[in-house]
Amino acid sequence: MRILLALLSGGLFGAGLFISGMTDTTKVQGWLDVFGQWDPTLAFVMGGAMIPMAIAWRLTIGRRPVVGGEFPKAPRADIDNRLVIGSVLFGVGWGLAGLCPGPSLASLSYGGWGGFVFLAAMLIGMGLAPTITARLDRTPAAA
Amino acid sequence: MEQDWILGLIGGLIIGLAGAVFLLGNGRVMGASGIIGGLVDGSGRANAAERIAFIAALIAVPAVLMLLFAPDKSTHVTGNWLVLVAAGLCVGIGTRIANGCTSGHGVCGISRLSLRGIVATVFYILAGGLSIVLFRHGLRVI
Repeated sequence: MRILLALLSGGLFGAGLFISGMTDTTKVQGWLDVFGQWDPTLAFVMGGAMIPMAIAWRLTIGRRPVVGGEFPKAPRADIDNRLVIGSVLFGVGWGLAGLCPGPSLASLSYGGWGGFVFLAAMLIGMGLAPTITARLDRTPAAA
Repeated sequence: MEQDWILGLIGGLIIGLAGAVFLLGNGRVMGASGIIGGLVDGSGRANAAERIAFIAALIAVPAVLMLLFAPDKSTHVTGNWLVLVAAGLCVGIGTRIANGCTSGHGVCGISRLSLRGIVATVFYILAGGLSIVLFRHGLRVI
């Protein structure tokens, strides 16, 4: 059941990314480029995705997941170095190539060699992250 | 173009539906970087099968849609390998340090009014905008 639901979710995610145009790097970079030919599409995608998700979060109240177990705990509220530094680093890469993790996989079949190069570098980065995280955690919060 | 934002909205609703299925079904936050990263660093070994299933469908469904409806579909990604490697490393390291990307912090986080999700999204959008200003309008490498 877990596997079937994961297949369904991943498939819908891929279809949504495909239809929305978010695997087209020019549309993502076009949305970020407020000083160029600004493309509003990404805002509609984000806004559209929030609607079912907000409903889903409300439906979790007083219920359990279909497969059993627990829903995710209430979100943490602390803003730490990791969150800010990581998000800035992610944003820089996102702007550079116009790809983020979801679309990099969704577009693998039509992204050419460039898509594979980006994905390989991203996977290496993900492998390096625990070491970098451990170092950040040792740095005092004021740093 | 007018059609683009309509397709964006429809695609967005489907992405939200995907997140709703993962949350209400498996009780998990649908974050692409977390699902992939957990396989890379081994932290997600306990539920590796559902991660692999998610990723397989995420790659396969757009591949089928491309073959059926848009054989000339392209990501228009840069051919500059140096840019691709630098960008990939930044995205891989950054999303794992911050514990989330556009899907986890953005779609799933903001929709539950998570402060961390909102802060992360503000920072990666600002950094993305600055990245475009610097590398496209400044250095002209992209």
